[in-house]
Amino acid sequence: MTAYEKLKIVRSNERPTGGAFIEGLIDNKIELHGDRRYGDDGAIMAGVGVLGDMPVTFIAIDKGVSLEDRIRKNFGCPKPEGYRKALRVMKLAEKFRLPVICIVDTLGAYCGEDGEQRGQGQSIAENLMEMMTLRTPVISIIAGEGGSGGALALAVADRIYMLENAVFSVITPDGCASILWKDPGRMEEAVECLKITADDMKRFGVAETIIPENGDNGGFGKLCGEIKTRLEKDFKELSKLPLEKLIEKRYRRYRGIGDYAEKK
Amino acid sequence: MFGFLRKDFATEREKLAFSAGDNKTFCKGCGGEVYDRSLINNFYICPNCSEYHRIPPRDRIAILADSGSFCEVDKNIQAVDSLNFPLYKDKLEKAKSSTGEKEAVICGTMMIKGIDCACFVMDPRFIMASLGAAVGEKITRLFELATEKSLPVLGFTASGGARMQEGILSLMQMAKCSGAVKRHSDAGNLYVVVLTDPTTGGVTASFAMGGDVILAEPKALIGFAGRRVIEQTTGAKLPENFQSAEFMLEHGFIDKIVPRDEQRSIIASLMRVYSYGGRNDGLRKA
Repeated sequence: MTAYEKLKIVRSNERPTGGAFIEGLIDNKIELHGDRRYGDDGAIMAGVGVLGDMPVTFIAIDKGVSLEDRIRKNFGCPKPEGYRKALRVMKLAEKFRLPVICIVDTLGAYCGEDGEQRGQGQSIAENLMEMMTLRTPVISIIAGEGGSGGALALAVADRIYMLENAVFSVITPDGCASILWKDPGRMEEAVECLKITADDMKRFGVAETIIPENGDNGGFGKLCGEIKTRLEKDFKELSKLPLEKLIEKRYRRYRGIGDYAEKK
Repeated sequence: MFGFLRKDFATEREKLAFSAGDNKTFCKGCGGEVYDRSLINNFYICPNCSEYHRIPPRDRIAILADSGSFCEVDKNIQAVDSLNFPLYKDKLEKAKSSTGEKEAVICGTMMIKGIDCACFVMDPRFIMASLGAAVGEKITRLFELATEKSLPVLGFTASGGARMQEGILSLMQMAKCSGAVKRHSDAGNLYVVVLTDPTTGGVTASFAMGGDVILAEPKALIGFAGRRVIEQTTGAKLPENFQSAEFMLEHGFIDKIVPRDEQRSIIASLMRVYSYGGRNDGLRKA
């Protein structure tokens, strides 16, 4: 399957949303609302629940299902108050040593006048800094589209999983084509150039694990079962590390990404 | 052999102005031509209409630092075309030959009014100072160096955002740099950042907004999403001052707008107040 076909799959209305993954993974959910600063962003769903027998914190970007729902959730493009809600819930997780699961599926952060007024850039920057030293294990799952800084703000983690068809990109391929070639029609070409598939992410060291989607075999329940098994195993492993070491490894994880030359 | 210049001119700025000869630059502020020497002597601000012109990073450093104190680090780090992205190699070559620099940021240590600090200055002439892996590496190394030596960091940001020709590797630099900023901060060190025109996208959403004190130059463009993108997406007509330094100040995201001629003294004062330079150690001394 080409990268472009994968992008079409994850953007389709049939793709399970972040909320559906939470539903499939977490039992006894209690959703927590609001950033205690300004408002409650519908695009980000956050709360606590149980994974198998492990209490956890979850944060998911949810695109919504019906049109009404999608509008309320701004089509899964989080606003500053969404990132601040996520950070608040992560800080709470840190306080009570709960592992954090982030489900990422977004075109990118919300783009609008009010977002800029409330510090879209600042809210993402703060998440990057705080997540880097969050004293509890974090695993991020790129479940659909991982779009730019708006996705990264929930993807500073100890491990990153990519669903087989998920993509992760510095900019939407549509945006890339219109900036570079002034022609959004060349998006398919941009998709190839940007290298956005799960295999690319594994090769670059951005993701550790690719979760096979198995087409329709076994369905969504089976997929969630596999993710769950993997999460339980990884959280057990990560929680054995002393916190200092966990944080150091997280820093090193990102510290090593990206090639450069050093020559006269 | 040009040692005599040091005696004849009081400041590095005057020296730079002198070397500009009779060259002139077009000012988009007033539509007139202005002598480079008077422009430079006025901190690259048009003497006729007060329009801020962009300062080449090395000139900025010369104007800002105590004379001869700047010591560059990691000057040979430069981008590679990891993704084999169309035309990226050409773009890099062009940027290198037109600027004489190897990358879009200059890093080093220097003194300001006798206070040691680590400093980075981004260069929008170089592929809009986009954040590639080499730029990310240089900034990360600078913060690591400053953490190791307990130095404050002074940063001048300017950037179009992530360097999309490096794909996801570019995006990850935001996390990498933010991690280094956080560790520098957790170790008790000061980071003063000056947002210059234009600071946007992934740089705004990472180390530009990570400063303990965030300053900005008058009228600088500062924002996350591009103005045009927002207008196209939302259909809204945006106000004139949208995403300017003044807009950021009004909405509480920067501490102060500082004109160029006051930057050196305000930055030095901030560093002194926040316990560098041996004059003040706050309560630790009490």
